[in-house]
This record gives sequence, C-alpha cells and structure tokens, in this order.
Amino acid sequence: MANPTPTLPTPTSAYGASSRAWSWRRTLSPTGNMGDAVFRALLFGSAFVLLLIFGAMIAAIASNSVPSMRAFGFGFLTSQVWSPIRGEFGALPFIYGTVMSSLIALVISVPLSLGVAVFLVEQAPRRLARPVTFLVELLAAIPSVVFGLWGIFVLAPFLREHIQPPLANWFGWLPLFQGTVTGIGLLTGGIILAIMITPIISAVVRDVLAAVPMSQREAALALGATKWETTRVVLANGGPGIAGAIILGLGRAIGETMAVTMLIGNRPQISLSLFEPSYTIASVLANEFTEASDELYLSALIQLGLILFLVTFVINAAARLLVWSVTRGTSGTARA
Amino acid sequence: MSASVQSADTKRRAVSAVMTTLTAACALFAVTMLVLILGYIAIRGIGSLNLQFLIDTPKPIGEGGGIGNAILGSLVLLALASIIGLPLGIATGIYLAEFGSGKFAGIVRFIADTLTGVPSIVVGVFVYTIIVLPMKHFSALAGGIALAVIMIPIVARTTEEMIRLVPASLREGALALGAPQWRVTMGVVLPAAASGIATGAMLAVARVSGETAPLLFTALNYKFFNFYLDEPIASLTVQIYNYSISPYEEWHSLAWAATLVLMAQILVINIIVRFFTRKRF
Repeated sequence: MANPTPTLPTPTSAYGASSRAWSWRRTLSPTGNMGDAVFRALLFGSAFVLLLIFGAMIAAIASNSVPSMRAFGFGFLTSQVWSPIRGEFGALPFIYGTVMSSLIALVISVPLSLGVAVFLVEQAPRRLARPVTFLVELLAAIPSVVFGLWGIFVLAPFLREHIQPPLANWFGWLPLFQGTVTGIGLLTGGIILAIMITPIISAVVRDVLAAVPMSQREAALALGATKWETTRVVLANGGPGIAGAIILGLGRAIGETMAVTMLIGNRPQISLSLFEPSYTIASVLANEFTEASDELYLSALIQLGLILFLVTFVINAAARLLVWSVTRGTSGTARA
Repeated sequence: MSASVQSADTKRRAVSAVMTTLTAACALFAVTMLVLILGYIAIRGIGSLNLQFLIDTPKPIGEGGGIGNAILGSLVLLALASIIGLPLGIATGIYLAEFGSGKFAGIVRFIADTLTGVPSIVVGVFVYTIIVLPMKHFSALAGGIALAVIMIPIVARTTEEMIRLVPASLREGALALGAPQWRVTMGVVLPAAASGIATGAMLAVARVSGETAPLLFTALNYKFFNFYLDEPIASLTVQIYNYSISPYEEWHSLAWAATLVLMAQILVINIIVRFFTRKRF
C-alpha cells in the first residue's frame, strides 16, 4: 500500500501558503481548475484595483502639485502669505489652523472618549452597555455637514453667550482667551471636532479594552484592587492600542472638512487667540477649489491636498500598526 | 498604623467611586450630544417639511423652493457609487477572506485600512485631477466615482470580516463533496455571509450619503433636475451646505428641513442594520 502523503502537494504559491485545503483541491479535481483560475483572477483583479486607486491617488495629486512646488519650494510650508491676486501662496496659516483645531479636539476628546469606552467595557451592566454603545455609534453616523449646521445655529451662539465671556473674564490674561467673542473661530471648530471624533476614538478603545485578557482583571481584583485600580491595569495593558486609537482620532480631526469650514471662520491668519477665526487645509480646499482661476492657484491648492494626504497617511499607518499590535487585526479594524 | 491603613483604604474606595461616576458622566455626555443634535434637527426641520418642499427645485430667496432635484441627485450619485464600488469592494473582501494569507493580501488590507482614513476632501481633489480636469467640466460621474472610491475600502474590509465568520466546516464539507473552489465560495460561503455583507454594504451607503466635501468640486451643484451623468448634479448634502451658510433666515429653515430628510434616511439604514445584526452576534 502506497503512502498517501506524496499525493498531497505542499501548498503552492498560487493558492496561498495557509489554505492547504485549496491545494488538495487542485490535485483531486483537475476539471475544476479552469473555473477556479478565472474566479481567482477576478478577485485578485479587484484587490489590485484597490492598490491602483491608491497609487493613482498619490501620482495624480503629486504631479498636479509640481507647478506650485517649482514656484515656491519649501518656502510654501513657511510662508504666511496667501494671496491669489498677487499669485503668492504660503501654507503656514492653514497648517497652524489644522494643528491647533485638532489639538483642541484631542484635549477635549481624549479624556471623554476614554471615559466612554471604560464605562461601556468595564463598568456598565450589559443591559445598559448595548443600547449606549449603539447611541454613541450613531453619533459617528451623523454627517459632517449636519454637525456644521448644528454648530452654526446651536453651538456657536451657546459658546458666544455662555462659555466664551466667562473664559475671557477669568483667563483673559492668557493670550489664548483674548480678542473679540463672536462664537465663530478656532475654539468652536475644535469643539465640534471633539464631538465628532469622540465616537471614533471610543469605538477603537472599546475594541482594545475588550481584547485585554480577562485574567488581567481577575488578577488585579484578587490582589484586592478597587474597580478603578483594576481599570488602570487594563488601560495600561491596552496602552499601545489606546495610543493608536488617539492617533486615529487625530487623523480624522485633521481631515475633517465641512463642520470645521462652517465654524472656524475661514481667515488665513495666525493668532494665538482661540476666539479668533482661523483656517484649515481642508477648509481652504472646500472654499477655494472651484474659484481657482489660474494654474498656479489650483496647483497650490492641490499641493495643500498633497500635504493633507501625506500627513493623514502617515498618521493612519502608525495608528493601524499600534491598534493591530493589541487586537492583532482581528476585529474593529474596518470600523474607523 | 491601622488607622492610616484604614484611611488609605477609604481613600482608594472614594477614588474608585469618583472615577466610576466620571466615566458614566462621559457616556451620559456623549449620549446627550446625540439627543441634542437629533432633537434640534427634528424640531427645526419638521416646520418646513412638506410635500412641495420635497419635489420642488431651489428658488430665489423669498419664493420658497425645495430639494426635489437634490434628493434625486443624491440617489443618482449613490446608485453610481454603489454600481462601481460595491462589486469591487465585495470582490476584494472575498479575496482577502478566502485567499488573504499572503504578503500581497497583507498589503491590500493595510492600504484599504489606510484609505478609509484618507480625508474625503482629498478623494475629491484626486477625482478632480483625474476626471474633472481632463473632461474640463464638473459632472455627476465624477461625484459618483469620488463616492465609490470612499466606499470600496470600507466594503472590502466589512465583507472580509463577514466571510471570516462563516465556519470552515462549511467550506470543507462542500470541498469534500467535490465542488470546485469558485462554487464553494459563490454557492456556499457567500449565501451564508450574505446578510452580513448586505448590512456592511448598507452602512457604506449610509456613510457616503452624508459626504459633502468630495462632491463640492466633482458633482458641484445644479439648480434644476438633471438626468445626464456628464453634467453637474445637485445633492442633498451640498444643498444643505449652501442653504446653511447663506445669510437668509428662510434658507436656514430649508437647511434644517433638508437635514431632517438626510438624517431620517441615515437613521433608518442604521436601525435596520442594527436590527439584523442583533440576532446574529
């Protein structure tokens, strides 16, 4: 009796290393190979299109930025002048506005979303956790333009009447809280961003916390730790994943367009005051893209898009790797 | 000695209680935000909502006007995006789930996840450079493609997750019966994962139906009904944006009403998805 093992080929590269069943298939049914080859080619083609889109995105945006790169060089990043009429374009005010509004968003949103995630995973009874999880996720389903509309007519007047005057009174000695109180400006843009990224950060943190082994909690409790002390152990265990979630939220805040455009005031200036209008990269694209009359103007805008693309790409790549290190790419990766 | 141990203990318990309450307050705050936003939309929106508003085109200030063409435009854009994006996204998801162990699949997965994080306005810039510039004018086609580009990675990753939930024994059973790989996937695995894939697709549609930024300079906007794909087209979200940044009180009311329509659609999709996924997981 012949040893049956030689008829089982080693996994071939054509079918991927792990799926041994598929390799058996090849030898056992030669008739099935044609259909399988076509099927696999189609699926591979689709996956390849996704890579093509990504490649085309880099190529198209970068090549259309060339005129602006030629004209301004690295000075583009450091110049404060944005004057379409004189044909001078500098990105610094937009970079400043993007960074500041995102930082404000993170300062508010990080403790908030950590609190939400800890409550839902560690503390809330299941019956409460499920509907609250759904509601928080629903917050993430609200479109940016809707946040903007709500911001213009509800949040901005509220901040103007009830939040900014006391801030100016108590902390007016800080340059951050000087200037005219209009309700529209850096602070309002940052706050709306905070509300928008909170469900995103907390969703990823929830996945990360859920991936921390139960034994960690049991060990802490067995040593006599209180509920909060146990939570701190869990948080420490999920550290890299939580960092990833925060970076992911930062990436989202940097690229958010509509709500910020409607609330930040859209003035290309660098002012320390959080009450003053500002401008972000995404907002200037939204506002001026269709007005760009000459090639250089358009190219400068596209170069802003390139900067935004590269920054968010690096941020997202870093965040993914951090989150994967904790959840091992098993779940929640498609969420944000 | 024991007194200090006791007081340290009380302090620890107190800290724990305070922090527990704080986390609950965070959750309460997030839910309150949701209620405030949805509540305002419902209250401000319902007043201007009527049949005429739903079928009219936008009119000059003082003459009312509606969002009929914007609703139709959004449907056209979503249909275009779905026709392009869903097959590509689902096929990529199947590839990742069924053949996705090699290095290539790892790269695809990573790029898909990174693409979902690319700001939608950048997708707009991309589609502008590859479609609007060569065609020399804005078009519904460009808008649909922009939305499709946003959809593909989302659909691919959710499809992959859903297919991975199908037990391996099902595949093995079909393979043991002599079915070729493609029949196993199409006839056994896909039907088993169908409802999951469908909900993922619906969530992706809901997600892009709220997109404004990638449409601003691809589909642009249009004052009338448009049925041609190579011309600019109106959309609900861009119309909401234009109404809400206008200086007119009357148009602000129209913005709220249009938002109510948009949110109703998005909420319905989300609740249906919730209802279906509830039983399975």
